[in-house]
Amino acid sequence: MAITRADVEKVSLLARLQLSETEIETLTVELGKIVAYVDQLSEVDTDGVAPMAHAVEVSNVFASDEVKTSLPREQALANAPSHNPRGYLVPPVLGG
Amino acid sequence: MSQTYTTIIGLEVHVQLATDSKLFCGCSTQFGAEPNTQTCPVCIGMPGSLPVMNREAYDLSLKTAVAVNCEIPEFTKWDRKQYFYPDLPKGYQISQYDLPMSANGYLEIHDEKDRFEPKRVRITRAHLEEDAGKSVHDEQAGTADSEIDLNRTGTPLLEIVSEPDMRSSAEARAYLSELKLLLTYLGVSDCNMQEGSLRVDANVNLHLDTDEGKVATPIVEIKNMNSFRAVERALDYEAQRQFRVWQETGKKIGDSPKQTRGWDDAAGITRGQRSKEESSDYRYFPDPDLVPIIVTSEQIQEVKDALGELPADFRNRLIREFGLSSYDTDVLVNQGREVVDYFLEVAEHCDDAKAACNWVTQEVLRALKERESIISEFAISATNLAGLIQAIVEGKLPKTRAKDAFELMMVDGIDVASTVDRLGIEQVDESALESLCQELLDANPKIVADVQSGKPQAVGALIGQAKKRNPNVDPGRVREICLKLAQQE
Ligand SMILES: [Zn+2]
Repeated sequence: MAITRADVEKVSLLARLQLSETEIETLTVELGKIVAYVDQLSEVDTDGVAPMAHAVEVSNVFASDEVKTSLPREQALANAPSHNPRGYLVPPVLGG
Repeated sequence: MSQTYTTIIGLEVHVQLATDSKLFCGCSTQFGAEPNTQTCPVCIGMPGSLPVMNREAYDLSLKTAVAVNCEIPEFTKWDRKQYFYPDLPKGYQISQYDLPMSANGYLEIHDEKDRFEPKRVRITRAHLEEDAGKSVHDEQAGTADSEIDLNRTGTPLLEIVSEPDMRSSAEARAYLSELKLLLTYLGVSDCNMQEGSLRVDANVNLHLDTDEGKVATPIVEIKNMNSFRAVERALDYEAQRQFRVWQETGKKIGDSPKQTRGWDDAAGITRGQRSKEESSDYRYFPDPDLVPIIVTSEQIQEVKDALGELPADFRNRLIREFGLSSYDTDVLVNQGREVVDYFLEVAEHCDDAKAACNWVTQEVLRALKERESIISEFAISATNLAGLIQAIVEGKLPKTRAKDAFELMMVDGIDVASTVDRLGIEQVDESALESLCQELLDANPKIVADVQSGKPQAVGALIGQAKKRNPNVDPGRVREICLKLAQQE
């Protein structure tokens, strides 16, 4: 499966990455190599092997429904690029 | 050109599960807290934090899925749904994609007013996911920034997706009411729409019969409907809008992508919103931080056995055991489990279930409504109301004084025996009643003559007089006795 320039443009749009012309070209090649590397797995005969949904053979890990202390608000907001004493501030959200 | 169309409706309901803490962390889910005081590294997506599944959230979702007749696969897992939005701090939502915890269920719906035939609405799937935060736009600040409150982030949601099986806004409303009632009986959610505990999105389009055969209009998803009434109005509006657009443009499904429209309740219209990303654009993949859940058929059976009686079961039982009408049954069941339990206790302690139903659905519900109260706080206990009904059945309390007795019992919370004493109600024995009637007839020869000449309604005038002489008389008996005596004269 080859990675095309259009693939890189679409993925970068979804990831909200603004790439320059050169970056798109470089990434098309590099992402292509990564996919080709992983694609080697398709050489393995997987007939009769159930698809794996998770890498670890563990299931049913639960926590009990108990309220624990949350972060103090100042700490929660501390790393935000912009905030007021109550909340995070972001550019106006359009279109609902 | 006259043209008929069928409206095709599918609903997506998000219901907030009634846990104390969030789906993957210990933050409180309490509504109405100060913004951003109920968050932690897990729910605001700090690097290195690890989500762990809340057992209660999973149990509540399993209970609900079983109650809507879903199949529960043995294996289920969680996936990351990637998209960017300011209220989604991790940049992805933990949801379920290809292996949801339940699928292929159904819900039976019917209409009290028989506007549609009872039907089964298929449920595609129900899956467990986390909620996002909220953005608050400060109007006063004009074009200023939006403020984000992440308290709701990570609250457990069950998304219940129906098949497009509804054909009118009335059917959609019935589906929502029945689902809400079921969720309330199960106690899995408070279903408060104002607080966002229950949210509804609708997918709607039209099927038309044209000269070129059957045609479907493009599917529209409607959002921002904040009440069941709003859902009904939005669907009615949208069907008409799509029909108009189809007449103008002839656009069919596939000619344009699925559109999202927001309902503007004040204006009574839907407005176009940003086009939705395709499912493939969400780049779902299994969340490596969460392990899958495996359930056994024994566990599922245990959940089924513990469900108890649900609205449909109660309806059947009330009709079968007590001979109530389906209308009365609906009134009782739709009031919620506590009212049904109250009725059952009243019916159990008296010999007239039909009267018990009438008292509960009429007087008790009216009194609760007037007082803006709930059944658990009602002053007349179920056994006391049963006592009242039984006193009527046994002739110890004339029907005419029953409402007085009810009012007094409600104010003072006393039983029927004390009430009868307090009201000075005495049983009027038959001979006393006959002599009273005879006295009245003797004093009113004209009425006797009228009755004898074929005007039995003339005795009506005597009933009022009898009641004045003795408030405990039963007007029905007075009428009968007066008629009998007048004929004998
Ligand atoms: Zn948290």
